[in-house]
Amino acid sequence: MAEEMRIVLRNVGKIDPLKIEDYINAGGYKSLEKARGMDRGELIEEVKKSNLRGRGGAGFNCGMKWSFSYKLETDQKYVVCNADEGEPGTYKDRIIMMNDPQSLFEGMAICGYAIGSNKGYIYCRGEYPYVVEHLNKAIAQAKDKGVLGDFDIEVRMGAGAYVCGEESALIESIEGHRGEPRFKPPFPGVEGLWGKPTIVNNVETFANIPVILEKGAEWFKNIGAASYPGTKVLTLTGDVVNRTYFEVPTNVTIRDVVFGLGGGIVDNKKFKAVQIGGTSGGFIPEELLDTQIDFDSMSKIGAALGTGAVFVMDETRDIVDIVTRITKFFEHESCGKCNPCREGTKRMHEMVERINNGTGRVADMDLLENLGGVMSVACLCGLGQAAPAPVLTTLKHFKNEFNAKLN
Amino acid sequence: MSDYTTIIDSYKDKPGGIIEAYHALQKEYNYIPEDAITAAAEAFGMSPAQAYGVATFYSYFKVGPRGRYIIRICESAPCHVAGAEEVVSALESELGIKMGETTADGKFTLEFTECVGQCQATPIITINSKPYEDMSAEKIPAVLAEYK
Repeated sequence: MAEEMRIVLRNVGKIDPLKIEDYINAGGYKSLEKARGMDRGELIEEVKKSNLRGRGGAGFNCGMKWSFSYKLETDQKYVVCNADEGEPGTYKDRIIMMNDPQSLFEGMAICGYAIGSNKGYIYCRGEYPYVVEHLNKAIAQAKDKGVLGDFDIEVRMGAGAYVCGEESALIESIEGHRGEPRFKPPFPGVEGLWGKPTIVNNVETFANIPVILEKGAEWFKNIGAASYPGTKVLTLTGDVVNRTYFEVPTNVTIRDVVFGLGGGIVDNKKFKAVQIGGTSGGFIPEELLDTQIDFDSMSKIGAALGTGAVFVMDETRDIVDIVTRITKFFEHESCGKCNPCREGTKRMHEMVERINNGTGRVADMDLLENLGGVMSVACLCGLGQAAPAPVLTTLKHFKNEFNAKLN
Repeated sequence: MSDYTTIIDSYKDKPGGIIEAYHALQKEYNYIPEDAITAAAEAFGMSPAQAYGVATFYSYFKVGPRGRYIIRICESAPCHVAGAEEVVSALESELGIKMGETTADGKFTLEFTECVGQCQATPIITINSKPYEDMSAEKIPAVLAEYK
């Protein structure tokens, strides 16, 4: 059976998050000190070598991302932490920020030193005003202690827009605009916040950095799956016995997660499906449960690790009803900037809802597949590209449930 | 009404500070007063259309009056399967209003929301952003009593 392995959650329950001395006594800020004694290029090389890949969903090599900004000569660069976790079923970043905020700051400050930036922003979602307050208290302590040196961190709060989890939309929001994604390239690493090179990483990604520096890239890259090493914090929801969070090495299987740590299905009912990575993730049927949760294994089965949300559905759940709810989510959260997403999410919801109501047409099934295919390539940002995944994967694995509502 | 210009002015020098200013206004009034939009546009060097554009883009901002207590019900998939609909019915019948409406005394407003990140204990409602876990129709009267 899978066992937990705590890297980013190493201090949870062991330190008082609002007592910086606790963090320092647990070895905190030693990695920042070590980093500052290193050559910047070598530091980035070390992060790159660890093969730490983004934990927000996109899975890009973290050190590689840093290297894009590092190379540029400019008067100002920025480090931005994406704490806008809006994927339904996800609350891992809240757990990290509430339990170990200094770990996040240390990771950001290491990034700041590496790329040559003295200013960091944490963009925290508007649903978490209590997290913002908590972070501000913790930042004040770090400033008092002087542990961050000349690196400044400021918290900005979002206001309820899922799309702001997309890095360029998030940057627009910090700039005080509507949170609409930008055309890329240029990527934020080259031209980001106020046109300056900007590294945007997820909370969980930053929280890994101090440990990688402490124990070395070699140690880290041997944990979990080779192509996506380390651990992942998962949050379990739905019809699973243990509705809680776990941190596991990335080579555990979905079955281990749901039936091992998750404790199986509530009331001993049968498993029907699991959706991983948030509401934009694919639905996974029983026969694919032995897949490893790492980024590439999940991509191979047409699913995603995403944020690590694990939404379990038992045999009694109505897949088409749940997918209807999900398509409504995307219609609501589409920012409206690009046509394929604005119109596509609306029509997709319309058709799925029709099928769910019993007024669908057989032709809707083909139209849905066609529309989903177009959206996944034609939408401007990840929101629209991922929005059809729940529809397309359920049409593939649970087509009988759609058919049943057509007759 | 205390002057919103003071609130707005305190964020004027913050780059991109209009969103922070809107948050501060909502903290004071629970909504963004319509006139404050024009004032914010001026303070941040934007056109009123742009300042409106920002205020209306984000679902947590509301231009114009609403209730003192904003009750939000999460309708994302994990809350949906956990029985959010029954919680909605209970809130509607308890308050005598429909979703999206405000009680006649201006005290409560009912709004739908997407995930609020408290998915360990679904279904979830929030009252002025404070989460209430594992909600059910039976628990609603007691929760509301805290605010009546």
